[in-house]
Formats: sequence, C-alpha cells, structure tokens
Amino acid sequence: MHQTREQLDVQAKEILGKFSYDTITMKERMGIPAQEMPAQDPAVRVCNMEEVAIGYTENQVRVEALRCLQCKNRPCVQGCPVSIDIPGFIAKAAAGDFASAISILKDSSLLPSICGRVCPQEVQCQLTCTVGKAKKDIDQAVAIGRIERFCADWARENNAEPAMEIAPATGKKVAIVGSGPAGVTAAADVRRAGHEVVMFEALHKAGGVLVYGIPEFRLPKAIVQKELDNLTAMGVDIELDFLVGRTRKIHDLMDVDGFDAVFVGSGAGLPRFMGIPGENLVGVFSANEYLTRSNLMKAYDHENAQTPLFHSKKVAVFGGGNVAMDAARTAKRLGADEVYIVYRRTEEEMPARKEEVHHAKEEGIKFLMLHAPVEIVGDEKGKVAGVKLITCELGEPDASGRRRPVEIQGSEKIYDFDSVVVSIGNSSNPLIKQTTPEIEVNKWGNFIVDEETCQTSMKGVFAGGDIVLGAATVILAMGQGRKAAKAINDYLAAL
Amino acid sequence: MNKILYKKQLSQNVFSMVLEAPLIARERKPGQFIIVQLGGDFGERIPLTIADADAEKGTISLIIQAVGVTTLRLVNLNVGEYVANVLGPLGHPTPIKKYGKVIGVGGGIGVAPLHPVVQALKAIGNEVKIVIGARSKELIVMEKELRVIDPDLTIVTDDGSYGKKALVTEPLKEACETWKPDLAIAMGPPIMMKFCAATTRPFNVHTLVSLNTIMIDGTGMCGGCRVNVGDETKFVCVDGPDFDGHLVDWDNMMLRLGTYRAQEQEADHRCRVGLNK
Repeated sequence: MHQTREQLDVQAKEILGKFSYDTITMKERMGIPAQEMPAQDPAVRVCNMEEVAIGYTENQVRVEALRCLQCKNRPCVQGCPVSIDIPGFIAKAAAGDFASAISILKDSSLLPSICGRVCPQEVQCQLTCTVGKAKKDIDQAVAIGRIERFCADWARENNAEPAMEIAPATGKKVAIVGSGPAGVTAAADVRRAGHEVVMFEALHKAGGVLVYGIPEFRLPKAIVQKELDNLTAMGVDIELDFLVGRTRKIHDLMDVDGFDAVFVGSGAGLPRFMGIPGENLVGVFSANEYLTRSNLMKAYDHENAQTPLFHSKKVAVFGGGNVAMDAARTAKRLGADEVYIVYRRTEEEMPARKEEVHHAKEEGIKFLMLHAPVEIVGDEKGKVAGVKLITCELGEPDASGRRRPVEIQGSEKIYDFDSVVVSIGNSSNPLIKQTTPEIEVNKWGNFIVDEETCQTSMKGVFAGGDIVLGAATVILAMGQGRKAAKAINDYLAAL
Repeated sequence: MNKILYKKQLSQNVFSMVLEAPLIARERKPGQFIIVQLGGDFGERIPLTIADADAEKGTISLIIQAVGVTTLRLVNLNVGEYVANVLGPLGHPTPIKKYGKVIGVGGGIGVAPLHPVVQALKAIGNEVKIVIGARSKELIVMEKELRVIDPDLTIVTDDGSYGKKALVTEPLKEACETWKPDLAIAMGPPIMMKFCAATTRPFNVHTLVSLNTIMIDGTGMCGGCRVNVGDETKFVCVDGPDFDGHLVDWDNMMLRLGTYRAQEQEADHRCRVGLNK
C-alpha cells in the first residue's frame, strides 16, 4: 500500500515521543522500525518529471537516526568511498542539530544533496551497517543516504550551508576538464587551496552526467545548479562550450595559457552498441542520446523544447544498470504504453540499484529476464518493428563473478517493439588521447593513472571519474576527484 | 556568447553570417564544423559547417539555410546581437595533401564548406576543378570566391536559370571520363552526395563526402549521428565528418535523418507562424 508523507510522519512522530536521545538504550534503538522513504504515488508520478522520492520529514529523519548504534568500530565509514564520519553526522541528526550534521558531512563530501540521492549506499556504507547485519537484511540497515539527503536539503533550504574557506591566492592556475562529479569535486578542493581554477565544459550547461544523464525525477536539476552556484561563489570560473582537445589542446592550456596543472574528468565518452544487425534503424537510440534529449534538452516539455523526441509506444531497453532503469522510466513518462527491460541474466545479477528496480516495477516497467538481443528488425521504412531475442540460462560464473548467460540455441523469437534504447555502457572518448599522445591509455582507451594520486603519464596532468574507471558511479568519480585534487595541491606546492 | 558582426541575405532563405569566435577561428581547419545552441533551457543544438575563418580577426563565417526552428531563429538575429552557445571546431579536418587532380562538387549551401577545402588543396599544388549546383540561380552561392580557385568553374541548375540545366553528376561524370581526377570531394544534400558517389564509383575515383547528420552534443557522447560506413558503425562527430562516399550506407543515413520529420514539420510551422506576427 502506498503511504503518504503525512501518514509516515504521524507514525514517526509517535515513535519519537517514546524516546529521549540521551537515555535511549541499544535494545530500544534496535527495536525502532526502518523509516520508509516517502514517495510520489506511482500512478501519479509516471505522468510527471518531478522527484519520485520526496524526502524524509524532520520526525522521520530523527527516528531513522536513532536507529544508528554509534558503533565504535564504525564499519560504515570503511564502506564509504570518501570516508564520511557517518556516526558523527547521524548523532547530530538524531539530536536535531542539522547545522552540525551538515558541517560534518561537508568535511568529506562536497555534494551530500547529490550523493544522498544517487549513491549506491546498499553496496557501500549500508552494506556494512551493524543494524542491517544483525537483522540479516540489508533493507534494515540504517538509511544513511536518506539521512544525508535530509541534512543537505535542510541546509540548502535554510541557507545554512557552511562557508568554504579559501586559502590566500597562490598564483597557480589549474584547468579542470569536464564539469561532472569528478570535476566539480576536484575544482572545489583545488580552489580551497588558493589556486585559480577554470573549469571547461563542452556542453552549454555545466554538471556533466548529473545534468544530461540522471533524470529530473531522480535528481532535480535545481539541486545540481545550486552546487554549481556554490562553486562559482568560491571563485571557480566555468567556461561552457569549450571542448578540450578541439577548442584548445591540453598542451596549449599548459604551454601557452599558463595552467600549471590539468585535471581531466571528461566522463564516459562513446555509447557502446552490441554490433547486432539493425542497430542503426530509425528508433534505435543509445541511452545517452535518449536521456540527453529528455534531460539536458528538456524535450519532455513538448510545448517549449525545440529538441524533438521520438514518439514511442512500445520500448525495449537493453541492459540492466541504473542507466537502463533511468531510460525505461523516462520512456514511460514520455508516453510509452509499454516499456520492457531486456536483460540476459536474472534480476539477481542486475547491476542496477535495488531501489531503482523497485521504483521501475512500481511504475509498471516490465522485466524480460534471461533474454539477449540477436537482431533488431525493421519495417519497409527502415523503422524498428521488432526485436529478435534469444532465451538464455545461467551457466558458470565469469570473470566478474556473476553467472554467465548461456544462449539456448533455437529459442529465438521476434517480439514487437517500435523503439529500442541501448544501455550497455560506454567506451572511452578518443579525443584527448588522439590530441595528447603522451597520456597513456589501456586497451579500452581509459586513462592509466597512479592509484594514489590519479596522475597520468603526462607531467602535471591528472584524471579521474569515468575516463579512468569506465562506467562507474557518481561517488567513485567524486572520490577520485578528491584524491586528484589532493595530489594536485601537493604537486603545485612543490613547484 | 558570440557576437554577430555581419549578416547578409543571399537568397530567400540563405544567409551569410560572421561571428566573433576567436578560439574557434584560431583552431579550425577546412572540413570542421560547429554546434550552435541559441540559449535558454529549451533551445536545440544543431551542427553547422564553417565556411571560412579569419584567425587574426577572430571570426568565423557561416552560410546558413533557414530550414528548421533553430536556423530560422538564427538568421533572424541581427548584427550586434549574440549567439549564446557556439562549440567547436568539431570533427576531423579534411586531409589536405597532394592528390594530383581534385574535383570539388558543391550542391546548395554545401558550396560553403567546400570552399576552404578546395582553397587549401589548391594552395599546396593540387590541380582543382569545381562544379557547383543548385535548384535555381538565386540559390547559387560563393561563385566569385570559387572562381578565384577555378576560373573555369562549372555551374549547373535544376531549372536551367543559371549555367547549364543539369544535375552536378553530369559534369562530374564527364570529368571522370575525360579529366580523370585522382580525388572527388562532394558536399551538399545527402541525395546529391549519394549520386556523386554512384557516379565516381565505376571510374574508381576516391570520393570524400562530408556528412551532416542529427547530433546533440557533437563530442561522441550521444551517438545519434551514427552511420553505416562499410561494415562498421561510425560516429560522424568524432570519426568524421568526412567519409569514403563509396562506403556510406546512404539510404539508411537518409532514413535516420528523417527520424523526427513529423515533429520538425509541426515545430517549423509553429515557428514560422510566430515569426510572421
């Protein structure tokens, strides 16, 4: 049953009345039920682009924070890529001291309002949470991400963001290539050390994947904009419409324009396709294109947007990651009657976050598991008319540890579809490596960097995020941005 | 923000424009293109070829045919106003080297991007012959500039209102038979490039074409611009825009260009209605 935010708040208020923060016992903490995230009713939200998860109420966040046992060994902190003092900020949240909570969060994470929404907490901090372990259910772990989100939203809405201290000007200049999560984090940390920072973005809007990729209903763009405004307020100069490699090469930035160091966080690059027949038919899109049209270009707003959208009725999304879920849920909101996730393994092996899969199901997305695309079939006008799928079964585990899908010969069948969104990852963008041969890349074209410093093989050039990791997550990109910034600050100090 | 320094109407819906864009002017080479977005949350991104550039003045020139919402809005901007977002130069430059005899074929406003390419080829010692064509006389652009490169420039029009009444493929075929070029370069509407490639194929004349497909970011990220070239899928923005015309799957490319035709026609209608107010 769908419960409204008001209903959930009443329940939380009741629980809160029973305990005092100073006297609550461990046993009592363990007995408090996990707080459900209030969400828009699925039937309503498939008709809008607004955020699905509405966010805890103050009562809810305090109740959820009371569930934290304040473990001495802090297993959650080890699970966090940027080592946030999780018990610390949660204790403040439980006491209702959100100003202190945000200040602890901001010590380690520049973008808690974004991480609270898009981090895969269930495989990071919440995976190692003692409460979840004791209850043998990951869903019973303390909802660290939701508490983080509340504190960050509270700070934003109450203009209570801690001021960033900036060291006196050093006279050194750093270029940040790309304005996604890796770039934003690196830019902030380098700027804090007193260096002049210019961030270069190829698109006409900054934010990278946070703006073109992740949909509004999962990450409102106003929140991203606020973080970028904070960066500008710190004195970071953001140059839009500037493609490093074409508008200016890294050499020129360093040799001619006076940049002392460069951080490359240029992102994922080219969408991958499967190489099956029919992939270039009309109605086949990469998830990047599909999402960029809707998110960055705002094509979901038919009245105002000038970027057109393909009118789909029955959509097949190939892939099982978070991007596939985003594409499927976007398709539904754009008016498709039926949307299928087509995945060659089972739900168990799907890389998407459980919460995303759950939301997708609630919204009526159908899951066609153990099916692999063999061909996309076109009509006489070159448009998608169907998809030929082969049934798979699970075999032995492969290098990734997941059981390998094995095709069952002769099981091919054609299913009717009028559109296909291919969401099987990205390969790296060739541009910077073409124009800057000194930067060593691996066989997939990803930059090779020192694990500790994120330094590339070119002096003064550092890199992080998807250009190094392949397709990863926002928080891992931020973690690398932070590491690289520290190394850049050290490098510049030694110059 | 890129200031408009010059604008001239060349025909009913063809305009010449010069923009301030110092970084692009300095870096661009013949064959490259830009992406334009006119600002705000809702403007689309469209690729446009660069007709010419002046690195010293820091300007680029464009020849724009107003055919869709964004190009219509663009040509309605005036000197002194700004184009909000211009990204470039994008794509690989056309390889400028000594081929021997080169025939350049331009159709419609495809003549504009052809100009810097043939100019550069001539400058390094290639023998250059040029054929330009359009539906009718008023759609012939840059004749004077091209005549500097090839004084015997051939002009054809569909309706015979200027030059010879023919398609560009006719003089192209003649040249293949008698002049025997080492390289052909075709720039213009897809259908024209398709038939130019078909014309040169029997003569085994290597034929470069410059593709202008649907794009969003122009940096490789969206993959909307992909075309079949030989047995491979190529991205026009990062692998092109120049390809071997004999290997391009023209029919598929033209179908893909029509992906949004219904929506575009509706939008174009709305836009023109708005402009006439």
